Order: sequence, then C-alpha cells, then structure tokens
Amino acid sequence: MSQNTVHRAAQRGLAILAGGALVMLIAVGGAMLWLKPSSDSLGPTLPAGVAIGGPFTLTDETGRQVTDATYRGRHMLVFFGFTYCPDVCPTELAKVAATLDLLGAEAEKVTPLFITVDPARDRPGELEVYTEQFHPAIIGLTGTDEQIAAATRAYRVFYSKVKTGQEADAYTMDHSAFIYLMGPDGAFRQFFSPQATPEQMATTIRAHLARS
Amino acid sequence: MTTRRLLLAAAAAALALPAVAQAPLVVHEPWARAAMAGRTSAAYMTIENTADTLDRLVAASSPIARTVELHTHIMDGAVMRMRPVTAIEVNPGEPAVLRPGGLHLMLIDLARQLRPGETIPVTLRFERAGDVTVQVPVQPAGAAGPGQGGPHRGH
Repeated sequence: MSQNTVHRAAQRGLAILAGGALVMLIAVGGAMLWLKPSSDSLGPTLPAGVAIGGPFTLTDETGRQVTDATYRGRHMLVFFGFTYCPDVCPTELAKVAATLDLLGAEAEKVTPLFITVDPARDRPGELEVYTEQFHPAIIGLTGTDEQIAAATRAYRVFYSKVKTGQEADAYTMDHSAFIYLMGPDGAFRQFFSPQATPEQMATTIRAHLARS
Repeated sequence: MTTRRLLLAAAAAALALPAVAQAPLVVHEPWARAAMAGRTSAAYMTIENTADTLDRLVAASSPIARTVELHTHIMDGAVMRMRPVTAIEVNPGEPAVLRPGGLHLMLIDLARQLRPGETIPVTLRFERAGDVTVQVPVQPAGAAGPGQGGPHRGH
C-alpha cells in the first residue's frame, strides 16, 4: 500500500467520523426541535358556544363516589388516560407532576384528576398505585362505562379501543391528550396541548390562581 | 488494506465510545419505565449500526414481559395513536432513536413490578446481526430520558 493510499484511507476514516458526528448532531437537533414547544402550545381559547366540562359522577382511587362538585373551591387539572399506556400517559403524568412541583405551595389550590378511558381494566386500587408513581396529589378516577362515556363527552375527549391481538385484553386506547384547567367554580379556564411544558403550564395556572 | 480496516475500526470504536459494546449494532443509553406488575412498560434507546449494510430490528423479547412489541406513535391532531411496526430500520450512519412519544419497545404483561434503579435484560433481534441482549436500566415511571430520574424529583 502506498503512502498516498494510506493517506486517503485516513481521510476516509476521518470522513466517516465526521459523518457520524454530523448524524449525531442532526439527531440531537431533531430531538430539540421535537421537544421545543410551538409558540401557541398553550392552546387556543374555545370558540363561542363550545362548552368543556360539566357534571360527572365517578369513583375515586380509594373507592369513594365523587362528582365534579366534590372538588369545588379548588382549581381542577383534568386529564384522561389509562394505566396500560406505556408511553404517552406516563409522559403526561410526569408533566403534571413537574407542574405541581413548580407551583410549590400553590399546588394546594389545584386538584389533579386522572380519569381513565379504560374502566374495564383500571379499578380504584390499581389507579391509586399507578398515579402514586408520579405524584401523591394526583387522584385517579374510574367508573362504569356509561359514567366514563359521560365524562369524556363533557370534556370532548376522543377515545377508542384498538385491538392489538386475539386475547380479550389485547387492546390499546387511542385518546386525545389535552390537559384541562377548570376553575374553583368548576367552569373551564384553559386547556394545554401535549406540547405545553411544565414551566408554561405552571406560569398559566399561577395567572389563573392570582385572578380567583 | 489492513491500515484501512484499522482506521475504519478506529472510527467505529470512536463512534461507539459510550456504548454497550455489541458490534456491529451498538445500543446507546437504553432505559425503561418503572411500571406495575401485569401492566406495560416502554423501553427506549438509540441503536447505531457500525456495519456497512442496512439492518432491521425485527423483534424483541425480555424474560420479564409476556411479549415485547415494536411500536410507534402517530400524532393525529391531539390524539396519540400507538401502533405496532413490523421492523425498525437501522442504517449505517443513521442511528435509530427510540424515545418517548415516538418509536419504542412496548413490554407487555410484566411478570413483576419494575422498580427504578434495577436493570432488566432485553434481547433485540436483528435481521442480519441476530440477537443482541442489552441490559436496560429502569428509570422512574415519570422519567423523560435515560438520565437521573426525569423531570419529577423529590417524592
């Protein structure tokens, strides 16, 4: 092998190294882009005549029957999911937990409610263990199929069962991933899109707390 | 030719530096979520192909899960739709990134609880490279990445 060939091989090696580094940079850049929220990520306000929220009757994670009125006097942070959800729900729950931590003492004025869209599998005891993994303040709510259907209708939440296999319990749930802030009067205040960061959510919630 | 091979090997080794060495497919920063027994967990990682031909991750398994599926998420408005994928392509120079909200391994029907701090074996089956077993550290359920515990601390 001539000196020239060795030199070229060295250059090729460097080029491969540089190429790899470039790919890593692109990958990191992509991840940052993906993590970066869009400027309108706090979600638009509702069009006139569209209502979100309303009465619900459900069972909390301790087995107690509750209604929307149970939580009057405090803001509610309402979101929907299910405990067999391996990726999106933990991400949302962690975001709510981080938001509560950022609110500090003011988190006392907010009740975070995790309402299951999979009541057949999510019973009170399991919901309690599940929500506890993220934050002790988060309350899991379940109910009958009809009660869950009513609650999701009130919050205009889309959910649908998708079979993933032959077994009866082989399914996942598609569901919309908005987080709703309701006032101490139970009325809708604001919703957060899945792109909203805990910092943005805490700032917005603080502004609402200051007004009430 | 020997020199060239050595240089290529050196280049590959440099790229694979922080990794679990398992040439030619190298797995960086694997992690899984803590989860309850009987429920599901997700595992994430970056897979790098240091060979010079395309490979595909076609299956995965773990002794702690009844089955492991390859999944992705499709964001449809505000609706996240989780769907199985048949394979994840790993091109040379184009690491496959498995991360929250995107591609992930779904560990289904956990034989036992996964606790933060432990490590679980996950075997990846590649079309060309065959089986690669990775030791995957378990992070808290609310972790956002492979680092120390994600955004939520102190409880």
